[in-house]
Amino acid sequence: MKKHRYDYLWIFSLVYLILGFFNILFAWIGLLCFFIPLFLSIVTGTKLYCNRYCGRGRLFSLIGGKLGLSRKKDIPPFVRKPWFRYGFLIFFLTMFFLMLWNTWLVFSDARSLKEVVTVLWTFKVPWHWAYRGSIFPDWAVQFAFGFYSIMLTSTVLGLITMIFFKPRSWCVYCPMGTMTQLICRLKSKGGMKRRTDFDRNRI
Amino acid sequence: MKQVKKRKRQAKVYKEECAACGCCVLVCPHDAITVYKGLYAAVDESFCMGCGKCVKECPASVITLSEVTA
Repeated sequence: MKKHRYDYLWIFSLVYLILGFFNILFAWIGLLCFFIPLFLSIVTGTKLYCNRYCGRGRLFSLIGGKLGLSRKKDIPPFVRKPWFRYGFLIFFLTMFFLMLWNTWLVFSDARSLKEVVTVLWTFKVPWHWAYRGSIFPDWAVQFAFGFYSIMLTSTVLGLITMIFFKPRSWCVYCPMGTMTQLICRLKSKGGMKRRTDFDRNRI
Repeated sequence: MKQVKKRKRQAKVYKEECAACGCCVLVCPHDAITVYKGLYAAVDESFCMGCGKCVKECPASVITLSEVTA
């Protein structure tokens, strides 16, 4: 099969994770993985990001598929059920808003900057080596620590399910995927009248 | 002479639980699968040869091979 440029997007994901070990401020770049999928699904009404450009998905299929670090077994059926997917999305968004709240607390001087990365919402890992002061305000740095925690947590979770189940198991319950699919569902319902019989939307 | 019905296997997607991630699209050697409007994977029966690559790849395991009489 012909290789495309976007087949190498796993490099972006990997570099992002590595950069977070050196300077936490790079975590801000991760917002791209948040806004681009939403933008693409709102504009095109498809899951173009998941289907083509998701670097993390590519990384998992590389490690789990090509490098063989996956058992390639079926995922437990409850993971693909809507209650679990939407439940996980709500949980994830709650944690996201909690992170924004922490950023707000630092912004309003109610709390000082905490140089820790919280993995799997529980384990507080000291991460002071990735920040040696900058021209940026403390809240921006706190956001970077918080956002990197989210990105690292989801990668760790994705890697665990990659090992136990199929390489891209994360895609089944990825909150961004659930969110973009929800947008597509709402969009397709709105445009039901002008829907043709079968729209071959080749990707 | 008795006619023997040809049996063919084809991929079938359980749409209700499909995450529309598009992993199947990437591995399909015949371009027989597309993700329909970001909702679910749709198999084009005229292209699907029933090789089963998508079945192996699907992270949600919602694709199965089923026999169809041609």
